[in-house]
Amino acid sequence: MVAVRDEAVGEAADGSVAGAAVGISGRGSVGDIVFRGFAVAAAALILVALAAVFIFLGIEGIPGFDVDEQHYAGQGSFLGLVVPLLFATMYAAVLALIIAVPFSVAIALFISHYAPRRIAVPVAYVIDLLAAVPSVVFGLWGAVALGPYLVPAHGWLAENLAWLPFFDGQPSGNGRTLFTAAIVLAVMILPIITSICREVFAQTPRLHEEAALALGATRWEMVRYAVFPYARSGMVSAVMLGLGRALGETMAIAMIASPKVVVSLFVIGTQNPQTIAAHIAQGYKESTPDRLSVLIATGLVLFAFTFLVNALARWIVARGRAK
Amino acid sequence: MTDIDLSAQETELSHATLPRGAQWLVAIAAAALGGLSLVLGAGIVGAVAVGGLAFVLGYPLWALLVENRRSATDKLVTGLVWTAFGVAVIPLIWLIYMVVARGTAAISPEFLTYSMRSVTGDEQGGLYHALMGTLIVTGIAALISIPIGIMTAIYLIEYGKGSRLAKAITFLVDVMTGIPSIVAGLFAFALFTLVVGPGTRFGFGGGVALSLLMIPTVVRSTEEMLKLVPDDLREAAYALGVPKWRTITKMVLPTAVGGIVTGVVLSISRVIGETAPLLVASGFNPNMNTNALEDSPMMTVPVFIYTQLSEATAKGVEYAWGGALVLFVLVMALNLIARIVGTIFAPKTGR
Repeated sequence: MVAVRDEAVGEAADGSVAGAAVGISGRGSVGDIVFRGFAVAAAALILVALAAVFIFLGIEGIPGFDVDEQHYAGQGSFLGLVVPLLFATMYAAVLALIIAVPFSVAIALFISHYAPRRIAVPVAYVIDLLAAVPSVVFGLWGAVALGPYLVPAHGWLAENLAWLPFFDGQPSGNGRTLFTAAIVLAVMILPIITSICREVFAQTPRLHEEAALALGATRWEMVRYAVFPYARSGMVSAVMLGLGRALGETMAIAMIASPKVVVSLFVIGTQNPQTIAAHIAQGYKESTPDRLSVLIATGLVLFAFTFLVNALARWIVARGRAK
Repeated sequence: MTDIDLSAQETELSHATLPRGAQWLVAIAAAALGGLSLVLGAGIVGAVAVGGLAFVLGYPLWALLVENRRSATDKLVTGLVWTAFGVAVIPLIWLIYMVVARGTAAISPEFLTYSMRSVTGDEQGGLYHALMGTLIVTGIAALISIPIGIMTAIYLIEYGKGSRLAKAITFLVDVMTGIPSIVAGLFAFALFTLVVGPGTRFGFGGGVALSLLMIPTVVRSTEEMLKLVPDDLREAAYALGVPKWRTITKMVLPTAVGGIVTGVVLSISRVIGETAPLLVASGFNPNMNTNALEDSPMMTVPVFIYTQLSEATAKGVEYAWGGALVLFVLVMALNLIARIVGTIFAPKTGR
């Protein structure tokens, strides 16, 4: 028994012990080696695949950093192209977060603390359903249904809130703007943030909550002083993961917002700042190798950027756990 | 003197409360206000907004006047939380309604059985080629991802626990989860540009791109399921002298099979709706193409929706909705299958 346990637990630490244990069992050692080989090969393949992603994107993309001016969509240089794109990517994602986070936290609270159990379970299911809808369907809905519906709202914003830089200008007549796209993007990232927040809220120790209530706290005070402090790092990482998703999301923006490579805060006009992913999707048909290199290079920048955001999210989670 | 102090304390201990059923009173008043604004011509959306706002603000306001600040805040937050839920459901219901209503109008036997080959203007045509393409490309992705994903999970749980390689793999799977979908498409495109030739767009490329997105979810879900298999089972098998690989294939995997299949089906439903990577790696094609290895683009349903919408014609929009309904049905069917498989295989832990 002890030997077997050693094999199960300590194998990776010391290969020779593992070999001995397999030897004791006699039959099946060939099968063991082959099966183990497959498992290790599959795991190693993931390593290789990720390395390949970097290598092939690098080979095809790095020439795109410096090609003839005409391939940079009228921006002159790679930096001139990628800085506005990166700005727009961040901008759209942050707008979506501003809309999505309050709703996500409220819905997560609704499921974990406010709704009666009978309602909470189906509600959680409905929110998960939202996550299953393909992004292209969201894009179609945003472009054909939500956008036209929001045209009066665009007009109202331009008329009454024009002192804000976001709404200062001629509003779009068909609603295909970054404003609409950000709302759709918010609906798309809402299920992710909600489901993580919900789990974190549900993990609040029951005793903390009951102690708060026993001291005479109202339900909101219980949430504020017992649940939120406990869930803070989880909430932050949920928001970061939502941000990571929003940064890489392509179709909603490519299908809804009519684009222009531009740094601008104006969100309700006909020329909306274009994100990296939408820029790639809308330029994919162009067949000149140089232009494709430029697109792949912008893709590399996007990858590096989302990687940083996700790494930050993981770091926050790890720090929260260590406490 | 003392008497006065005591009475003061008494009034502190219990304060006035709202009458029972106060919330219903407020709700009725709010509904009446909503109805009034409907009569005055605010439209159905405006009326609901007025009624909801009246309730969310009116109830705490009453509590503020009769009870105290804390109670009012509590009631305000409760109202806001319920409102948030109500507002978030609107896009879902609206979207499903649109997909079903506009989609059923577009779908006909012809739509499902014809390709868009030499279709111009308002001639008929359909998405049969895209449907076949989606099934082929997703099938390729599944064929690549499922064995790699499951074997990797087996390595992580059964062989590599705590080893440096396992830690590295766990980290890399995390990184893979965060790859933007369009970057996966660019990778497949760059890979086959170098291997096959410049500008290669074909079905297999799309499959590779999707598998890059699918592998991490398969690994994650399988890992979770293998963790749930009790160690007693493994130890019992070892004690009987069963070799490790037989233990895994005959004890561990059958115990976890329900959860693994559920996870795999859900991961398929996740990638079947991916658009951006297929746009880049598989391209688009109005013709039927069932050969994934041939160097010619293969159409898929999400790309069909995108290209039809970008035609910006009435017929294009109609076809896009038809494609959306087909895609929606595919995704929902996969989710349903996952649920059914989950419930069939789930309660195996008893006896």
